[in-house]
Amino acid sequence: MTDKTNALTRRGALKTLGAAASLPLWARYASAQSAEPIKIGFQVHRTGIGAAYGRWYDRTTQAAVAMINEAGGINGRPVEIIAEDDGTDAKRGAEVVEKFATQHNCDIAFGTLFSHVVIGSAPRAGELKIPYFVVSEGHHVASGMLNRYTLQPGITDVKSQVQAMAPFVAENLGKKVTMVFPDFAFGHDHRDYFTAAIEANGGEVLEHIAIPPTETSFTKYFPKIPRDTEVLYHVMVGPAVLTFVKELGEFFGPNGPQMFGFIDSLEAVNIGSPGLEFLEGSYFWEGMPHHAQDDQSEFETIYREKVGVDARGASISDPKDVSTYAHMFGCWETLHVVKAGMEAAGYSGPQDRAALIEAVEAMTDMPESLEHPQGAKVFNGKTHQVFGHQYITQVQDGMLKKVHTTSIEDTLYPDEVDYTTQSF
Amino acid sequence: MIRSLALHLGLVALLFALHFVLPPYHHGNLARVMVLATYAIGYNLLFGYTGLLSLGHALFFAAGMYGMALSVQYLGAAPAPALLLGLVAGLVVAGITGALALRTTGVAFMIVTLMFAQAGYLTILYFGEYTRGDEGFVIQQAQRVLWGLDLSQPTWRYMAAWALFSACLLGSLALIRRPFGRTLIAIRENEERARMLGYDTFAHKWVAVVLSGGISALAGAAYGLLFGYAGASFASVQYSIFPLLWVLLGGAGTILGPFVGTLFMFYLIDLSSGITTAYMLMAGVVLVLLTLFAPQGLIGELRRRVWGWLP
Repeated sequence: MTDKTNALTRRGALKTLGAAASLPLWARYASAQSAEPIKIGFQVHRTGIGAAYGRWYDRTTQAAVAMINEAGGINGRPVEIIAEDDGTDAKRGAEVVEKFATQHNCDIAFGTLFSHVVIGSAPRAGELKIPYFVVSEGHHVASGMLNRYTLQPGITDVKSQVQAMAPFVAENLGKKVTMVFPDFAFGHDHRDYFTAAIEANGGEVLEHIAIPPTETSFTKYFPKIPRDTEVLYHVMVGPAVLTFVKELGEFFGPNGPQMFGFIDSLEAVNIGSPGLEFLEGSYFWEGMPHHAQDDQSEFETIYREKVGVDARGASISDPKDVSTYAHMFGCWETLHVVKAGMEAAGYSGPQDRAALIEAVEAMTDMPESLEHPQGAKVFNGKTHQVFGHQYITQVQDGMLKKVHTTSIEDTLYPDEVDYTTQSF
Repeated sequence: MIRSLALHLGLVALLFALHFVLPPYHHGNLARVMVLATYAIGYNLLFGYTGLLSLGHALFFAAGMYGMALSVQYLGAAPAPALLLGLVAGLVVAGITGALALRTTGVAFMIVTLMFAQAGYLTILYFGEYTRGDEGFVIQQAQRVLWGLDLSQPTWRYMAAWALFSACLLGSLALIRRPFGRTLIAIRENEERARMLGYDTFAHKWVAVVLSGGISALAGAAYGLLFGYAGASFASVQYSIFPLLWVLLGGAGTILGPFVGTLFMFYLIDLSSGITTAYMLMAGVVLVLLTLFAPQGLIGELRRRVWGWLP
């Protein structure tokens, strides 16, 4: 490789600047080696159980790409999003990744939330050697189940989220906990990680109440809640959550235990909906608080505006359209990590995919910024997983008020894999 | 006889030849379609040839998939014995559910098979500690090397899918030409009369369920092995409906129907999803049109109008 330095004269520089300024926006990209857009295959839940998440992942992604392109794209090339619906289905998800790699000739694949879609798709991404950036919050990446081509640099995983809640719960709400969770993998993760974490903080779980996924009424499970329960930890998903909260309110009346839940249950649901009054005073984990807080950072203010979300976490154009605010920042942050990685690697095409992954693996600190509006993060290149602050909010007069921010250290756990030892 | 053999061998040869000419995307798709078509062949044996409409075949597909995947994951089995264990799991599950479900007929049979499949699905979720439930788990590349052939590589994946599909296609063709297959058709046409002629219709139907379940299980096991993933979604009711749709589209009671139906449906969804997000609606409209204008499916209609000799 030769190092060629062009002599830069004042006149030449001015001429170039003048010419660049007079060009339309699209033509400025032409200064790069190739003006071809960087194609990002966006695997999105348009249909199926994840559709509400998909709709907002899409809006966040479009907003992030618009901002990246306004600022000149990546390495001087515009970014193009090629979206395909995965139907929230593992089989279709894998097919879509194949389509990105072999038909659309995308540079990378990106997106998607539900764990089964990620786990079903990741083997194909690894085989087709296409970097696959997921925004799933599952522990599957850091557990070592996937492969070197799969990374999660924009959202924390369920294991670190859950364990970071235990110190707050034990200190402020109570040490005797009863857990109510859906009887499938997502619920089992909560059961296992939280039980271990609360015990480490001097608390105990009195009872695990697993609810079958087909259940539509919950009254019969409530008598199983021990009378000396101080905290009820709940994490229900799907449409049944409204019934669950309503029936819980009818069961306990005004004298219930403290309540702590994961907002996953109520993403895309207005917390002021009739039937949810019982949640007043209860606590939630939020990846990023839905409601604008008094100390909201300037970055989050811009982020809200760009994505089109109001102070209550709903669409600016339709206040009834509540966002999946606690998760969707992951798309925004992941795309900025991709941009930073491609720039660090001097990415010019699919031959540089391995270099891109190495560049992302080399990342560590990600300070709070417009690129990371949810807060500062630390990326672990070995486990391909990012770690960051978690927020606990309390429902006060129908608003989710932030009452606690965890440290990043609270979310850390020992490495379970070193993907960098795998070959490309 | 000669023409039908030539036609089916021709398809097998064509699929082999396509390996060398297809671009990567369609090459990958066809491998997937062949495995799914094998599932449809299994389904067609029971639905198309024996006249028993099951709404619970996902149970057999998943039994094969999990029989294979769990033995790889927990027993460290190599792919060949794992495939065999998947097949055995499917045969056993089909044997038991068949013996019970065949005590009913018609609509009751549909409901009982549906219930069995739902119970199977919930069982997979219940044992989430081992099956990882709805989330599923990955079968790592190193665990997918069959006799030195890395099934995660496009060539070997395609060849494995092709071998499986060809064997099941030609096997089913041979089966329906034998007296046993003819008896199944007789049962489909008029069970009372078949019984009156001295055939043990229950035993025949039971063997048909077991064979159909076995082929479905083999497809499930192969699917997991070739694409590196096992998950409970493959046991959900959707995956019981799919083979029914594929077979209806392609032509129930025809040997080529399952393949044609699976291929058609795959590309219908793939292409229409590029045009609109309401691709399931488009798929639905096409299904309605086909049901109206080609009620016997694509190959069934071809047989009715042009080639009466098609098996």
